[in-house]
Amino acid sequence: MYAHPFTYHRAQSLGEATKLLHQLGEESRVIAGGQSLIPLMKMRLARPTALIDINFIPRLSEIKDHNSEVRFGALARHADIEMSEHIAGIPILHDCASGIADVQVRNQGTIGGSLAEADPSGDWAATLLTLETSLVCAGPQGERLVQMDDFFKDAYTTVLGREELVREVVVTKPAKNSGGAYLAFKRSACVYATGSAAVQITLDAKDTCKDVRIVLGCVGLTAIRAKQAEAELRTKKIDERTIARAADAAREAAEPQNDMRGSADYKRALVAALVKRAIGIAVRRARGEHVEAGHEYVGR
Amino acid sequence: MSAAENILVRIRVNGEAREALVEPRTLLVDFLRENLNLTGTHIGCDTTYCGACTVLLNGRTVKSCTLFAPMADGGEITTVEGLSTDGALHPVQNAFAECHGLQCGFCTPGLLLSTIHLLKKNPKPSEKQIRKAIAGNTCRCTGYQNILKAIRMAAGEMGKP
Repeated sequence: MYAHPFTYHRAQSLGEATKLLHQLGEESRVIAGGQSLIPLMKMRLARPTALIDINFIPRLSEIKDHNSEVRFGALARHADIEMSEHIAGIPILHDCASGIADVQVRNQGTIGGSLAEADPSGDWAATLLTLETSLVCAGPQGERLVQMDDFFKDAYTTVLGREELVREVVVTKPAKNSGGAYLAFKRSACVYATGSAAVQITLDAKDTCKDVRIVLGCVGLTAIRAKQAEAELRTKKIDERTIARAADAAREAAEPQNDMRGSADYKRALVAALVKRAIGIAVRRARGEHVEAGHEYVGR
Repeated sequence: MSAAENILVRIRVNGEAREALVEPRTLLVDFLRENLNLTGTHIGCDTTYCGACTVLLNGRTVKSCTLFAPMADGGEITTVEGLSTDGALHPVQNAFAECHGLQCGFCTPGLLLSTIHLLKKNPKPSEKQIRKAIAGNTCRCTGYQNILKAIRMAAGEMGKP
């Protein structure tokens, strides 16, 4: 299958990329890893007339441990993040990075591209919304910092201006006694998940829940923060009863649609189950236990 | 809309410098098959699913149906044609032959490269790690059991001193 014809432009710097976006006009687009954009172009669901390739911009894929933060260059590939020593203290990032699609896609796809694409079924949105995350965005007027909570507007729509790009994803390291987990259920490795849940919990000295964030993926136009589910746990003891109440609240917060991945009812039940399990894993990790988690699919 | 200008793509394929002037929308897999006449890399689903088109780009597996050729400019590519040395099969190829790790053979070039990528990163993979490593390669003949056997055998052979 062949994409609609386009002109190809290779940017050597972010400044050049934003200039090219301006010069080439409305129908131009930036390409990073291309693992979403190229399939869309081959199916002619996207028909940009000009592509600006940012893959050749130096140092845009660096991952840095910077005091209280871990900073991911927009071009950091999912596989780079999976293998990075800098995420050792934030296991939820490993859960997410190590299970996106398959090995080949993880070798090529980028964190910046995934976020800017804002696919409702993307994995990074739910994961990063449970952490203190901000995005450094570069545009013609210079740079600005956007909080992750403000970044997504709608399906495939972000607050990025037409001539703006994500340069860096900045994650603040979680507090002591924190743990998180990202669980996604999919029918096979290569497809989008049917539903996903990200949970990040901080415990206090008495082992009660000091703070928590719970975010659902694939069950709405954007990732959904399940605030009522969080309220069922915050300041409380985490036990079977409070976990069940949080899972019920998550089920209510989901806004899924019927599609070929499953009925809306099925997806509500699925995310409730994922939230329940993710809370359990997050708590065990907060207590210092090593637990494996991530994407689940048939044949794994 | 202005007509898309052809652009020069230069890559090293299996150790040899190659180049061709192509339309920007040329997919890497078609660049290899049509421009360079290397037809060992196959097109299966053409939708980023099946992994038949898997090649190594700078030492990492990618789906060559999901990359525009100019994006690989200046890169090093390994295809199935580059695996044997002086007519002797690569140990992974031997293992697939030995264990009957293929039937029709259409998915095999991709699986060979995914296996090589895995064993380079992780010479002693667990069963779970092997399964995860080939999750992006679809085989519709074998039922995978002999492929898994072949990968275990290749790991054993390549791990010998």
